[in-house]
Amino acid sequence: MTAVRAATRWISSGVMSRARDLASLWIVVILLGMIVLFTILCPPDTFLSFANFRSITIDTSEILLLAAGQTLVLIAAGIDLSVGSLVIFCAVISAEVLGAFSGSASQGYPNVLLGVAVATGASLAAGAAWGFINGWATVTLKVPPFIVTLGTLWMALGLAQVISGGINVATVPPQLQDIFVFGGLLGIVPWPDVIAAIGVAILWIVLSRTRFGLRTYALGANAESLRRAGVNVSRHTILIYTIMGVLCGVVGIMDVARFSTASLSAHQLDNLNAIAAVVIGGTSLFGGRGHMSGTVVGAFIPAVLRNGFVILGVQPFWQNVVVGAFLILAVYIDQVRRGGVPVWRRKRSAKEGEQRA
Amino acid sequence: MTSEWQSEPRPLLLNAIGLRKDYGHVRALDGVDFDLRPREIHALFGDNGAGKSTLIKIIAGAVQPDSGILEIDGREVTFSSPHDARAAGIETVYQDLALADPLNAAENVFLGRELCYPGILGRLGFVDRRAMHAMTAANLRDLGVNIPSLTVPVETFSGGQRQAVAVVRAAVWGQRFLIMDEPVAALGVQQTTHVLDLMQRTRDEKGLSVILISHNLTEVLRVADRVTVLRLGRRVGTIAAKDATATLLVGAMTGALNMLGEAATL
Repeated sequence: MTAVRAATRWISSGVMSRARDLASLWIVVILLGMIVLFTILCPPDTFLSFANFRSITIDTSEILLLAAGQTLVLIAAGIDLSVGSLVIFCAVISAEVLGAFSGSASQGYPNVLLGVAVATGASLAAGAAWGFINGWATVTLKVPPFIVTLGTLWMALGLAQVISGGINVATVPPQLQDIFVFGGLLGIVPWPDVIAAIGVAILWIVLSRTRFGLRTYALGANAESLRRAGVNVSRHTILIYTIMGVLCGVVGIMDVARFSTASLSAHQLDNLNAIAAVVIGGTSLFGGRGHMSGTVVGAFIPAVLRNGFVILGVQPFWQNVVVGAFLILAVYIDQVRRGGVPVWRRKRSAKEGEQRA
Repeated sequence: MTSEWQSEPRPLLLNAIGLRKDYGHVRALDGVDFDLRPREIHALFGDNGAGKSTLIKIIAGAVQPDSGILEIDGREVTFSSPHDARAAGIETVYQDLALADPLNAAENVFLGRELCYPGILGRLGFVDRRAMHAMTAANLRDLGVNIPSLTVPVETFSGGQRQAVAVVRAAVWGQRFLIMDEPVAALGVQQTTHVLDLMQRTRDEKGLSVILISHNLTEVLRVADRVTVLRLGRRVGTIAAKDATATLLVGAMTGALNMLGEAATL
């Protein structure tokens, strides 16, 4: 482990300290190493092929959007456990609205465009509303976000079950799936990828180039100092959770378009998957530090692993084992890079240091 | 310099008259007068519970007095929040520094007051990092502060360097005067010297006045122009720093001596 220590020190002393936007380099190396390894091990033209990369990126698109939002939340020293349930809720709303506005199924859903438009609006609005509730309860009721979003996790899931009567909603025009999954931008880039790329790009720029992004870092690092500087910290917090909610709305309608059904069970682990991707990507659970680039890499690792294992004939469940180990390793390496003091002990030792000086 | 302001009185930057503040049945301030002149470092000295914190919190807008008057440049003002005080050009350096550790010095200086590009980009909230760095670098230079780098997190700085960043931030945004609460309490000897020098340059280069709270007599006497001693919520007196000695101030602070007498009418 001394080698790891030395290597990470070396990396962090040079490039890393200057380029905030750069991912933790080691995780990039690991992802590239995995791709190389699977390319060598898998039969030719299976892993390393256009069709396969297409399927990996489509598989990753939804978690990528959620992880991008979760990056903002974690940097602001919050956490959102409700995202999976919000996706389910928004998907149910989307499917119900699609069924209601697209015309009758027997006529082949003649008003599908209207249906999609209204469903998209409804899904985003539903997500925004849940996100707003998360943020509002955090700042006004002063209940920790961990608890608030655990609460809305159950509320949103329960309401989704109430609205759907506990069964998957399948009132979705089938042509939607044809366009969304099998079509694409210029006929090549699948629409889920396009949406994920746009969403991630916007959030990346917002986080690294705008006042909103800077204040998000400051909020996670020292909310009190931001408040003293005259910033409306509550408003900023609510906005972050609302953005997270809107992203859940985007994923909700995407998911319905992709699978032609609103599943009540499919997304229940999305919250933990998204948080794992963000943390593997080097964002601190304690706020104030993190990069969107790391999140992008972190989001792809599970999908690449699962895909490679399937092609190799290894049980894909091994993916969970490996990702879990990466999660621990990621936080360990991060701590070493920051000088060996675990973040949760840092506050105390910093104070001791001041007293000594 | 001190003789100059003694001979020809200039208008007061700040004039507080008869400030009173009760917390429950505890009287934290009992009719305290306090004034601040242009380009002076005015130290507040007193034991724990003397009312120093309450006084600066009132001036910084964080606490509202039960009675008494605050005048800025001869005009009466009411601060109902720290925001009002900031708008009046008063910046406070708190004891905890209020730095965001993972952010760099420029980002901390512009925390909450980021510089945006002109035009549409600025409307969209795009920050002009280059301008923020340039302005931070210029201000650090003016005030003679050396920090390792503008682009590394301030958590990598020493205590004195962190203090310097907080002071520079206050000096950049303060239009009238700064309030510094125990700026060197946690620092070593050399770093204390640096921060005190910085305080003097803030006065001399930026033309800002400073209200300095400190327990450290040597430091108070080294940089201050005047010293006000508080005891049990009352002002014992105000005296020119050059006329003060440690024995005198400690005596006044503890109530053992009651001798500020004539000097108090300064």
